[in-house]
Amino acid sequence: MPENIQKVAIEVQVNGTKYNREVEPRLLLVDLLRDHLLLTGTHIGCETTYCGACTVMLNGATVKSCTVLAVQADQGEILTVEGLIQGDQLHPLQEAFSACHGLQCGYCTPGLLMSSLFLLQNKSDPSDSEIRKAIAGNVCRCTGYQNIFSSIRSAAETMRKSKG
Amino acid sequence: MYPSAFHYHRASSLAEAVSILAELGDDAKVIAGGQSLIPLLKLRLATPEHLIDLGFITELSFVETEQERVSIGALAKHAQIESSSVAKSVPIVGDCSSGIADHQVRNRGTIGGSLAEADPAGDWAPVMLVLDSEITCVSPKGERTLSLTDFIVDAYATDLEEDELVSRVSFAAPSSRSGGAFFAFKRSSQVYASASAAVQMTLEKDGSCRDARIAMGCVGLTTIQALEAANELRGQVLNETVLARAGEAAASEADPQGDMRGSEAYKRFLVGSLVKQAIKAAARRCQGEKVKVSHFYA
Repeated sequence: MPENIQKVAIEVQVNGTKYNREVEPRLLLVDLLRDHLLLTGTHIGCETTYCGACTVMLNGATVKSCTVLAVQADQGEILTVEGLIQGDQLHPLQEAFSACHGLQCGYCTPGLLMSSLFLLQNKSDPSDSEIRKAIAGNVCRCTGYQNIFSSIRSAAETMRKSKG
Repeated sequence: MYPSAFHYHRASSLAEAVSILAELGDDAKVIAGGQSLIPLLKLRLATPEHLIDLGFITELSFVETEQERVSIGALAKHAQIESSSVAKSVPIVGDCSSGIADHQVRNRGTIGGSLAEADPAGDWAPVMLVLDSEITCVSPKGERTLSLTDFIVDAYATDLEEDELVSRVSFAAPSSRSGGAFFAFKRSSQVYASASAAVQMTLEKDGSCRDARIAMGCVGLTTIQALEAANELRGQVLNETVLARAGEAAASEADPQGDMRGSEAYKRFLVGSLVKQAIKAAARRCQGEKVKVSHFYA
């Protein structure tokens, strides 16, 4: 085991706020968010790059934050589930997951919301097979996924209308 | 589930990366996207003293075609390749890049990392093999280029020297009468394939096969070239008999091991079927047809 590990100074912008921290190189991004920045909306599920509960956006692209080192995210812009709300207005995806019962226990929901957002940012009217592919990296053990599909379709429609 | 402690080094250029690597030698690991290495670090199957981060190097993220040669930088991410013009002009590249794991992994993982890891279940090796690719490696001593077949030595083993890094992979842009396809069979998107098959072939105007290259993943210690199966196609007009012969030859050339993804016999049968599917899709693409290829998910 190497000794005298030097901490690394990093700066990240999370949901629009800048944070400067000195971190151990082995610190995972998900633990930076949860334990150091106290943003516990991002969940840890499997810790093996499988379940997707820890999905966040890093520089505009979804990543599994249990499989990114905090030092790799240095200078990065991060969006977590806490950043979806605008003032006290829930994001259309959050409204839709609530209205369509796109969750039961809710553990996977933060990750699914981020994957869904990444999809709808790239495709405003996704087909079922595009939705399937977009949430393939997120595991939900409760819903059987059908209501998640409904939620994403419903949010897509709302977002298309609001764009006019 | 936490990596063992390591010293962190961030390289800002390829030259800096190889010079740090030369200095630290065996005690160091390099990290690009980290989608294979971070899980290994967390399981402590890898416990390097030093980690050299290549993620901040910008010079190796290109995907370009110049003078009929496609060149992909080692740090090009799967998602970037998926949305590049090469994924359209060389459809087998699109099949592979869009089918790796899930979007979260494709947004981080790199082609150079995948090839240098030489995992027998990796997706890129069979595809790059049928495209007859070359790998360029850089060390403080300079640059060298070798064929992918010489680069991959064994399971998880490459010809890379201790102080060498992959800088790019390149291949001749296939002609207009050439077409390819890549199919994998996966139990779910996140897991490694149970078997995969890549085919790149060229048809004559009369529809007979001028040339074909076939490679199979996950059915041996390295990617296996199905030379006999390709021989079955050469000079033939494709029909069910020719396809069946090629599929059988491929199945017998495979060298799978039974594991949690299936028995040896099952994988042999599976890879033969995948080879046939890939030949069919590749042949249609040779004739200019747009064919959408999606992996099979159990």
